[in-house]
Amino acid sequence: MNEKTKALKAAFPYTIPVFTGFTFLGIAYGILMSSKDYGAGWTFLMSLMVFAGSAQYLAINFLTSVFDPINAFLMTLIINARHLFYGISMLDKYKDAGKLKPYLIFGLCDETFSIVCSTELPRDIDKNWFYFFVTLLNHAYWILGSLLGAWAGSKISFNTKGLDFVLTALFVVIFIGQWKNKENRKPAIIGILCSIMCLIVFGQDSFIIPSMAVILIALTIQRKEYTENKNLTEEGIQ
Amino acid sequence: MTLTPNQTILVICIVAIATMITRFLPFVLFKGSKSNNSYIKYLGQVLPYATIGLLIVYCLRNVNFTSPTYGLSEALAIICIVVLHYWKENVLLSIVAGTVVYMLLVQFVFL
Repeated sequence: MNEKTKALKAAFPYTIPVFTGFTFLGIAYGILMSSKDYGAGWTFLMSLMVFAGSAQYLAINFLTSVFDPINAFLMTLIINARHLFYGISMLDKYKDAGKLKPYLIFGLCDETFSIVCSTELPRDIDKNWFYFFVTLLNHAYWILGSLLGAWAGSKISFNTKGLDFVLTALFVVIFIGQWKNKENRKPAIIGILCSIMCLIVFGQDSFIIPSMAVILIALTIQRKEYTENKNLTEEGIQ
Repeated sequence: MTLTPNQTILVICIVAIATMITRFLPFVLFKGSKSNNSYIKYLGQVLPYATIGLLIVYCLRNVNFTSPTYGLSEALAIICIVVLHYWKENVLLSIVAGTVVYMLLVQFVFL
């Protein structure tokens, strides 16, 4: 058995949960797109080129409102800003990936990140090919799911009002998952409170950038407090 | 379709490029060296959690809490997700159930 087949066989079981998740989210996405009169071709193009669920859901807003490329650009940067931190965590793992590296980075979505960063591989598996197949399989599930949705949306017609709540539900579920770890709670609360504050002050159309700035400031202050507390405890021990 | 096909292609390219910037930037910035700046590391630890908070608020930005239906559909659907997720810990189930509950509420209950 050559090393690629071996890596593919090792990668597949890890991607099964993503398969179910992406199928549903992808179908919902395809249906939403077709409910706005964007057929399978557009859905395919989007899922192939962007491969970022939340940004693609968000992009439906850009496609259905007044043409505003700058807003589309900024909102996508903001919604995907978390990828910066995935990238920082993957610098080491992906450093010897060679010709596979561009695709690995291209496909570093939340789910791929969580598999790659949490998996300990047996020695006889080529890790770069393993990462490659995890990324490729997830990408394929996402494209297939959204195409299935686009097809279903064109065949069956039902009231899709409220289906866009799937994005909110996704974030709430991620939030709960993070909340279970106590260390994550302070930054999570900072994120919510600063955003609500900026929403009230700046209004619903322009609160995102101020929120990011305020969150960054709050987290920076929080860090000082954190290190000071740490130093105090250490002095106390001495 | 609200946009022309050309505008649509442009929007798709912009969304793709912006996404790629967020994915490639760390690898470009810290090329060849591991990030050993403690501030960046700290942000890497806490920012993902704060960001999700921001995204939830973003999703709910158009909810009007001062007039009917006072965001009741959203509140009920989120409560349903929280309860279900603590109980079953199944990501897909929580998302599907929360979305279906919300759809039923906005389509049949709070019109």
